[in-house]
Amino acid sequence: MKKILILTTALSGFAFAATAAEVTVMSWGGAYTKSQVEAYHKPFTAETGIKVISVDADNPATPIKAQVEAGNVTIDVADVEFSDAIRLCDEGLLEEIDPAILPAAPDGTPATEDFIDGAIQDCAVANIVWSTVFAYNKDNVNGTPTSIADFFDTEKFPGKRGMRKSAKANLEMALMADGVPAGEVYGILQTPEGVDRAFAKLDTIKGDIVWWEAGAQPPQLLADGEVVMSTAYNGRIFNAAVAESQPLEVVWDGQILDFDLFVIPKGAPNKDEAMKFIAFATDTKRLADQASYISYGPARKSSGALVGLYQDGKTEMAPHMPTAEANLANALVNNFEFWVDHDAELNERFNAWLAK
Amino acid sequence: MVDATTNPTNTGLTTADGKPLKAALAHAQARSRRRAFLLVLPLLLFIVITFIVPIGQMLKRSVYNDGFTVQKNLTTGEKTPIMVNLAKWFDENPAGTEPDEAAFAALVEDLKQLKETRAAGQAGTRINYELSGSRSLFTQGARKAKKLQPPYKEALLELNPKWNDPKLWQVMRSASSNFTGTFFLAATDRTRDADGNIRQVEENRQIYLKLFKRTLKLSVLITVLTLILAYPIAHLLATLPLRYSNLLMIFVLLPFWTSLLVRTTSWMILLQSQGVLNDAMVAMGLISDDNRIQMMYNQTGTVIAMTHILLPFMVLPLYSVMRPINPSYVRAARSLGATSWTAFRRIYFPQTVPGIAAGGLLVFILAVGYYITPALVGGSDGTLISNLIAFHMQKSLNWSMAAALASLLLGGILILYWLYDRLVGIDNLKLG
Repeated sequence: MKKILILTTALSGFAFAATAAEVTVMSWGGAYTKSQVEAYHKPFTAETGIKVISVDADNPATPIKAQVEAGNVTIDVADVEFSDAIRLCDEGLLEEIDPAILPAAPDGTPATEDFIDGAIQDCAVANIVWSTVFAYNKDNVNGTPTSIADFFDTEKFPGKRGMRKSAKANLEMALMADGVPAGEVYGILQTPEGVDRAFAKLDTIKGDIVWWEAGAQPPQLLADGEVVMSTAYNGRIFNAAVAESQPLEVVWDGQILDFDLFVIPKGAPNKDEAMKFIAFATDTKRLADQASYISYGPARKSSGALVGLYQDGKTEMAPHMPTAEANLANALVNNFEFWVDHDAELNERFNAWLAK
Repeated sequence: MVDATTNPTNTGLTTADGKPLKAALAHAQARSRRRAFLLVLPLLLFIVITFIVPIGQMLKRSVYNDGFTVQKNLTTGEKTPIMVNLAKWFDENPAGTEPDEAAFAALVEDLKQLKETRAAGQAGTRINYELSGSRSLFTQGARKAKKLQPPYKEALLELNPKWNDPKLWQVMRSASSNFTGTFFLAATDRTRDADGNIRQVEENRQIYLKLFKRTLKLSVLITVLTLILAYPIAHLLATLPLRYSNLLMIFVLLPFWTSLLVRTTSWMILLQSQGVLNDAMVAMGLISDDNRIQMMYNQTGTVIAMTHILLPFMVLPLYSVMRPINPSYVRAARSLGATSWTAFRRIYFPQTVPGIAAGGLLVFILAVGYYITPALVGGSDGTLISNLIAFHMQKSLNWSMAAALASLLLGGILILYWLYDRLVGIDNLKLG
């Protein structure tokens, strides 16, 4: 009796899967999920008939580990951060994604060349680019800072600086401010002399730094006048400046780009649909569409030109994108492998430097 | 009565039913002891399960790490040994042996297995704890191991010359055993060089000993400050008529009941450079607008906020000791000609020592392990050792290191407690 029950349940399950294909996508909630529903989910269902179920988590990487460990995977696609994508992949928790399934750009450039360097990984494909930039309060700064060197120049622009309390991003910015071209930063940081040089540069403003830890702090510190300039995540500054009309301005010189990526947990129930969804959502047009809902940049070079207006209908999004041509003039792509290797060592050194 | 001669085993008293009194008494006592034990058993089990076992497991991590020897399959829970060939080579060849072709062949064999079991990240992370920059060595090596051709030594070195680093081989050898003292070495700013000798890490990376010292220093300072502040308050509370002292007691307890985060952030609002205190001083012309005093995000902020937060832990034991002190002793001393200072020093103060001992111990131990306040207001030079333990628990995910630091902290406190017992005497402690 029990066997029959299991058999029929399994059969009806098969029948259901065959008639109504669906894919479950897990993301971060709020405006970010909303941008994905509008730009990816709705057109995907319209075109393929595959239903998209959208679920949210505080961090979609956390349930992946729990679900795969328990052998009960319910999500097909998850939107995770770069570090989590690599780590989960290393631990064997993700399906590998063949870059051949990704469509070429409209002009025929293959996906592997159209995506920004590092956006395609063994188990993950990036959809957006976010960035660590520095921003200033127009009311409190005399003059206009234009380069990362200005951030480290407290004589030209006196006042406190906000910086994230961690080695990552700060060391890269210090080197770029010291005149290292973006392309050589990680090569130099690999050497002990390079690390010394970065810390020496940080030393020049150490007494003026207010350290922040949560992403919500920099806009607050800037608005309060506690600091005149601060490093920050670009979306937070855009939100404070456009949605809340704060007098904040982003300086793109020396920005450090980072990714959010789509991954498929190992044993996902609708793996094939998940692959289709990822291929669809990361094509040139969808990535450009998403950017009109939030100021994070598309991971494809070919999407940049298609980015339109913000949802208020009057703010041009293109110049607010980390990936806009003008903003990429002196930009650095966060080297994840470097940080996995050196995070512990450099943060130890950073903590020791702070305590000095 | 049984005749003593017929019962050679017992010459003493017996009960009415003929049992020896001693045995009967022991029996009755054993029963009541069992009952008492059963009554405390739930608490004992609770403490063992929720406190002793987890702490024991955590502390075990400080000397035990199987990241380089065992891969756990997350789906099935099955454990697969990894790096077995290399471990065998290490067993056959003593420390200091130059890695030969056989060693590299074993390594390549193990790298292939790492690729299959997807354990390269885990094994690399374990080595990376001790030799920064080697995680990618393993992930890259595992990815390409299949294509490597003998001679393996040359093939691997061509892939990445770092494979020939003697330090790497020393670390792999130590990691191939699950038990290690490395994390304790690292927690005291020490490391092993390629030859296995213990030496200090470079000066710009020494941090843990410095933070242990700072934690002790600040904790002593905070304990002294709370004592200086709490002693007069407790005395006032103890000598006022009850209805006034109860009212004042509310003012001591109210902050005590307020959320820690609320109190800490209130201090941030008061003390930051655009804060209430600085604004007031600028408005009064005491300081100029450009020279606002930095009282937050440094040691000053940590000391001020923690002193305030820990103050009730000093006031309450002092109060409970001072309350029952009979005021007629001091009056008697005064009437016999003692100055007020002498009366305080020789009559009142000695009677309050148990309260000082209790409050001091309480505040000191709380301060040594304090975490949230220094994290929020400590800034660059006001963080304590507990913040680094949290860093290794949450960010670097090096739990073995966190466990080693925590063990040292726990050990240090136990030693201080022992010293304290020798000097002051735990019997003198009075908590209320």
